Amino acid sequence: MEALDKLKAVAQNPYAYASNLKQVTDKPVVGNFCSYTPEELIVAAGGIPFRLFGTKEDISMADAHLQAYCCSLVRGGLEDALKGNLSFLDGTVFPHTCDSIQRLSDIWRLNAGFPFHIDVVLPVKLNTESARIYMIDVLKTFRSDLESALHVSVTEEKIRQSVKLYNRLREILGEIYEMRCNDPDSISAADLYHVIKASMVMDRDELLELLTALRDDLKKNLKDSTLNKKKRIILSGGICNHPDIYTALEESGAEIIWDDLCTGTRCFEGEIAETVDPIEAIADRYMTRMVCPAKHLSATARGENLVRLVKERDASGVIFMFLKFCDPHAFDYPYLKKFLDDAGIPNILLEVEEQLPSDAQLKTRFETFVDMIR
Amino acid sequence: MADQPIAKDPEKEKRKIKSVSKMKEIMTTYYIEAKTARETGKKVAWITSGGPVEFLIAMDVIPVYPENHGAMVGASKMGVDLCEKAEEMGYSRDLCSYARSDIACSVTNGGPIGGLPKPDFLVCCNNICGTVLKWYEVAARYYNVPLFILDTPFIHTEMSEASRKYVIAQTYEYIDFLEKQCGKKMDFDRMHEVSKLAVQGLRLWQEVLDTAAHKPAPMTAFDAFFHLALIVTLRGTKIAVDYYKQLRDEMNQRITDGIAMVPNEKYRLLWDNLPVWYRTKWLSDKFASHNACLVGDTYTSAWSGVMDLIDEDNFIETGAVAYSSVYINVSLDIMLETLKKLIKKYDVDGLVMHSNRSCKPYSLGQYDLQKLVMKELKLPTLIIEADMVDARSFSESQIETRIDAFMETLKS
Ligand code: SF4
Ligand code: SF4
Repeated sequence: MEALDKLKAVAQNPYAYASNLKQVTDKPVVGNFCSYTPEELIVAAGGIPFRLFGTKEDISMADAHLQAYCCSLVRGGLEDALKGNLSFLDGTVFPHTCDSIQRLSDIWRLNAGFPFHIDVVLPVKLNTESARIYMIDVLKTFRSDLESALHVSVTEEKIRQSVKLYNRLREILGEIYEMRCNDPDSISAADLYHVIKASMVMDRDELLELLTALRDDLKKNLKDSTLNKKKRIILSGGICNHPDIYTALEESGAEIIWDDLCTGTRCFEGEIAETVDPIEAIADRYMTRMVCPAKHLSATARGENLVRLVKERDASGVIFMFLKFCDPHAFDYPYLKKFLDDAGIPNILLEVEEQLPSDAQLKTRFETFVDMIR
Repeated sequence: MADQPIAKDPEKEKRKIKSVSKMKEIMTTYYIEAKTARETGKKVAWITSGGPVEFLIAMDVIPVYPENHGAMVGASKMGVDLCEKAEEMGYSRDLCSYARSDIACSVTNGGPIGGLPKPDFLVCCNNICGTVLKWYEVAARYYNVPLFILDTPFIHTEMSEASRKYVIAQTYEYIDFLEKQCGKKMDFDRMHEVSKLAVQGLRLWQEVLDTAAHKPAPMTAFDAFFHLALIVTLRGTKIAVDYYKQLRDEMNQRITDGIAMVPNEKYRLLWDNLPVWYRTKWLSDKFASHNACLVGDTYTSAWSGVMDLIDEDNFIETGAVAYSSVYINVSLDIMLETLKKLIKKYDVDGLVMHSNRSCKPYSLGQYDLQKLVMKELKLPTLIIEADMVDARSFSESQIETRIDAFMETLKS
């Protein structure tokens, strides 16, 4: 599985990958923190969208700008920028999500010193026609902001090509997810995590080749899913930057077979229509895709979706995982839990700071949880 | 002994603001009306502090402000208990303490007034934070009532044309929503009246705040925190207009009579962020003991800071722009400009920033603002780490030491 090895290598050291890339191509690398980044337009402008996950190093420089009651993604992201770890970035794009990211954008613009900085102030509610019109306007502005930042012209043709590419990428990622859901032995959850992570930072043309090869490799070796006797679990939350939890869970007798993560299914769900105006089509994907908790679809959309996912994916439990100090996720947690409890679906919460709990602690918690599941 | 009236200190009596009793009376009447709305057949809407209440008033709906209620919870020192209840319900301690205490009040009918009246519908404007969106979703599920969201896109540099169009379109959707909820048409003449009263109220409120530019200041930011309640809850009514006229006149009279709120006012300070509701007295005494007076703040002027954008004859369209431009819906650069204006207007010697762990949009970025203020204006600054309602995040000894040290540098 050569493709998998390559993807893993990228995921394990994305900064090195990006720095190397800068030696061989002049494609601009565009940092971002969120699945609401209109990546299609960045690719249409010739750039590489590069997802940032924060640092695992100790925070020292970001402390001068951010209080301790701010999530580790925001603090860690700024730390990396201030330390010069992101010197390969040509610029950064900040879609509007939560209050912390909103302020990070200001602080970043004032201190991080990258050549360009673009705010994409998307609507917060995604369920009305006026929000849709506004979203389209914002995407158009983003397109012209990219044009001036990168000195290129983002033609409709280029956007259409990029949309096609994204549809392919997302379709294949979806297929790989499906395969693993049906046959968890086909690829380990930790490996799948690496695939997803690589897909958020790589040159997207190169990514398409690797993903296609990986999908074909996996297809050849598919087995009967009933052979895997582990409990099937869904992971729900914001970002997951911790491959270790997949392994710890596997050792406790369970498998993550699907997720409801910003760094997971939210990356690839939803197709973009290729027959209509491409910018409107990009907006419509956002208007129909399941929302993250910083956006509004209805007061109960995420709860209903999660319960549906559990049934659809034949799962028997949910692990919530989000960062400490993350308001949007913390606000949704009690209600999502209630929806699951009412449907008789066991669930636990893992609140993560910079570091995961120790291996031993994690295993004990997972084992207790797995025992709860009949 | 007990029967003998305690001799009042005439010096202190002189300094008390006489209008306070009127204000308490108005707020009590208001809350009684809100709590008995069911009996009087009126509708109740919960609305965020930055939301366009004028439309509710014009539709004869009683607006209720969970944030104002949150402030009452804090001031009556019931915050910790209620916050803990919310935590037991699964709400993280890291969430906004207004939201936590309010959610707990809903479920337990607890708090200073035994819970807020049940809403018939909810109006959430996110011009202050993303927290209110989540909080109102919680309320929408709990009470099972309709939720209207007025989405005011954040302003990083300037308000875009797209955003202007979007907010205006939503204002019309808001009117439709209200007509549906109330089963009657909007009376636009009445709406015009209400807008005029709202703008008048905002102007008067600003005039009240402006009196503190006088040296010595007839009132402090702590007084402004208290008197803010009406411009939030009764904006657009004659009651608010009359009250602020009275308050402004009282303040001007104090200036004529030479009454200062802090005797021997020597140092003038500006406050940033929400108050520490459960410690306003302690903080004001603490600063006063150093002859320091907090003469202004960024919080209470947030409501009037944008009134110049409003054309009362075209409230629907200009109000939408004004609502989008409030103090914390803008970038740090724009906030810095406002800060500078306030620093100049009140001619202050220092800036005190409350780093409020409840309110991320207000507090994150303060370190940068602090540096910019020190660099550009050479103004001494102090940061206090606390929380507006949850007293567990208030360390008296630490804060006392920091205030003392700060005041020493000011004096030297
Ligand atoms: S983890 Fe939560 S708080 Fe942090 S950036 Fe994401 S949504 Fe915002
Ligand atoms: S205190 Fe801050 S976070 Fe809480 S409701 Fe007010 S603006 Fe929002």
